[in-house]
Amino acid sequence: MHIPIETFKLTNGLSVVLSTDHTAPIVAVNLWYHVGSANERPGRTGFAHLFEHMLFQGSANVGSNEHFELVQRAGGTLNGSTWLDRTNYFETVPSNQLELALWLEANRMGYLLPAMTQQKLDTQRDVVQNERRWSMDNQPYGTWWERLPALAFPEEHPFHHSLIGSMRDLDAASLDDIATFFSTYYTPDNAVLSIAGDFEVAATRSMVERHFGAIPRGSGKPPLADMTLTPTFGCALREVVSDDVMLPRLFIAFRSPVLGTDEYFAASVTSAVLGLKKGSRLQRVLVREQQIAAEAAAFTYDLSKGSDLLVVDVTARPETSAAALEAAVHAELDHLVADGVTAAEVARAIALIETELTVALQSAGDRADKLSMFATYFGDPGLVNVQAERYRAVTEERVNAYIRTHLVPDNRASLLYVPREPVHSPLQDDLAMAEAP
Amino acid sequence: MTPTAGGAPTTKPLPAAPRDYRFPRFERRTLSNGVQLLVASVPKLPLTTVLAIVEAGASVEPEGQHGVAALTARLLLEGAAGLDGAAQAERFESIGASVESQADWDVATVSLTALSHRLPEALALVRDLLRWPTFPEREVQRLKEQRLADLLQQLAEPRGLADERFANAAYASTARYASPEEGDAASVRALTRLDVEAFYAARYQPAGTTLIFAGDVTMDVAEALSTSLFGDWAGHRPKAAPRGVDAAQPGRLVRVIAKADASQSELRIGHAGIPRNTPDYFDVMVMNAVLGGLFSSRINLNLREVHGYTYGASSAFEWRRGAGPFVVQTAVKSDVTGAAVQEILNEIDRMRSAPIDEDELTLATSYLDGVFPIRYETTAAIARALANLVIHGLPENYYDVYRSRVRAVSTGGVLRAAQDHLHPDELRVVVVGDPAVVAAPVAKVTGIAPEIMSGHGGEVTR
Repeated sequence: MHIPIETFKLTNGLSVVLSTDHTAPIVAVNLWYHVGSANERPGRTGFAHLFEHMLFQGSANVGSNEHFELVQRAGGTLNGSTWLDRTNYFETVPSNQLELALWLEANRMGYLLPAMTQQKLDTQRDVVQNERRWSMDNQPYGTWWERLPALAFPEEHPFHHSLIGSMRDLDAASLDDIATFFSTYYTPDNAVLSIAGDFEVAATRSMVERHFGAIPRGSGKPPLADMTLTPTFGCALREVVSDDVMLPRLFIAFRSPVLGTDEYFAASVTSAVLGLKKGSRLQRVLVREQQIAAEAAAFTYDLSKGSDLLVVDVTARPETSAAALEAAVHAELDHLVADGVTAAEVARAIALIETELTVALQSAGDRADKLSMFATYFGDPGLVNVQAERYRAVTEERVNAYIRTHLVPDNRASLLYVPREPVHSPLQDDLAMAEAP
Repeated sequence: MTPTAGGAPTTKPLPAAPRDYRFPRFERRTLSNGVQLLVASVPKLPLTTVLAIVEAGASVEPEGQHGVAALTARLLLEGAAGLDGAAQAERFESIGASVESQADWDVATVSLTALSHRLPEALALVRDLLRWPTFPEREVQRLKEQRLADLLQQLAEPRGLADERFANAAYASTARYASPEEGDAASVRALTRLDVEAFYAARYQPAGTTLIFAGDVTMDVAEALSTSLFGDWAGHRPKAAPRGVDAAQPGRLVRVIAKADASQSELRIGHAGIPRNTPDYFDVMVMNAVLGGLFSSRINLNLREVHGYTYGASSAFEWRRGAGPFVVQTAVKSDVTGAAVQEILNEIDRMRSAPIDEDELTLATSYLDGVFPIRYETTAAIARALANLVIHGLPENYYDVYRSRVRAVSTGGVLRAAQDHLHPDELRVVVVGDPAVVAAPVAKVTGIAPEIMSGHGGEVTR
């Protein structure tokens, strides 16, 4: 698989990636800003994500609810997302509406602040606080999103704190914060614009120049705190959370080499060996053979700086205690470290990954997002075309070398959820409710 | 366009001339034993999706065996043709093929996605599991336990719990739609291997099976493969589905499912809806897009962008062969639950009482028209679209006329659809939340004293 790629840079520093595909009259526009929760200052956790919401609230030339409406009226889909080290904005539109998408993105990159009001900020703060409740506070195990990075990264590290943010910090966010964050990070030289799908290259180049060319370059962003970490934790870490859940669930994070390195590919294959689909080691042993787990999965965070995390996630069956779950998962990990995995397990994982890589190239939106990712992290969108090759180069020896150095007991950070002991009986619950009007 | 001092154009650009788009061409064939083939050749990437659609959904389960359809479908992957489940998984996965098997209300579906050069091998494995499943006793028990674990988890999971309790409130207790698609704890516990075998024997038949191919494959290749793998599959035609899946519970009702100290209330408001083959489908779909089907819909803009009550709110008609539910869903901060319910009731009334603006109509229709090609970028999405033709018996040119049918919807048609299919006097309001906080405000805005129930379904107090 090879997708065509052209790149250029505007004088204001905006990196542009173009990839044509004329099979359907569809085009995807995808903008990555190299800023995420890692760039937040103390007392403002959650700000990068709250700010992402504000980017849908209009700009100097676009009304309050117009951004969504204009794209939908054009027959397009759109959204944005915030991660530890980047924020992205994207739309897929009929190809004759490409200029509308570029115009909307350029307007909010260039002329956001005149449209910002206290009322919009207050409303989006409410929306985001409800997003926090919905995805985390009112959802069983939901807090793992912030507890696991907090456990796996030291306190002063930029990846340690909560991405969605605390209610208190969200309350403290002000319009001044919006202005400062915008002028520091939302600048053309801190962004990558990718366009994938049905378009003419020359016409699109000049369209990009026309819409983005006059937006001034930024004056540089403050450096992040030192991200460097030792290759492993050096000791076992463990936190137990008593929560409103029905079954014990164990997350184990392993410190792991960053995205793009040879060792990353070994780690990524290891995660597929461990937890991708029914034939994976953890699903076969814990779910099917021992029947102590209801579900088992593994994945990597895919962080490009400091260190990545490989995570194993196993939920107990109803009759399995938290202690038994924890013992069984560690026993299987110890077994892996001692005996390694087989060539067949590695081949299975790579075959599945290769299919997934092809599946992910089908939609223009996914292609554009991958191009932005490789351009943002590595300055080279062409890396999208060598992923399968790099996965195929991973051998059983490399996977086992990774396992021996990274799945060891002193590189495990365990986050164990256990059902909360009922503080009062269901009968008392009933009585309490009876008093409700 | 006039550049500003800052430089970028300030006025919205006009669209260029649109390029034509046609939904992928597809062909049909029927094997001599009744197996149907639908093939869309889309050779963009070396990838093919195959769906095997079987007349074996939850709607045709025998009385008292709720969940047997889902259990049977899942067990196809747990042993077949001399291989146990682990060996089966290994065979699929070692060639990079992804396979899933599940049953919904209408049909059971085995879905396969594989790189094209692996298709013959992968499809042979699909043949094995469709024709020669073994249903090992140990796996029957394990998957039953798995379902019971899911049901237990759901008691602490407000979204799933709200969906389930809403269905229970919307349909008559005799209707299959009133209980969960995959069965409840009592029905699942009672299922046996013999039930599964009997369900399989009755429903998994060549004459009730359609193979859908989408991707890098031609009709001739698909037909040759299908004939060699399924051509000698003998069997009878499955009997027509029994009635009685979708009887509604009449009248209004308010239920609070108790979750003490909940920081949010999960809301479901709606009633039994209409079947997929309703003649005014396009009017209903556009009506729902304006009401709550889009981000820029009335309900979402009201609850999220005006009031900040929620992260998101939407409405939907769930399309099934029977009358699936119409439901508005959202999660709101506990202390605004009453106000949010009031806004939703108002929006439903407003939809029925006056025509929508021309502007709202064109927002919905131009979205549904324009987004059409974007929906069919993947082999999986194309195969799914063809499956809908089969499941609902839609006309052969359905996807060719879809966009003109959408554009033909009028404000009058939308008003009529709202008046015919939204029933304020039949609304069932289900709240998973803290009764101490929400019961009184919800009683006030609905004028109905809520029944307060536990997650298990037992009534706590009235």
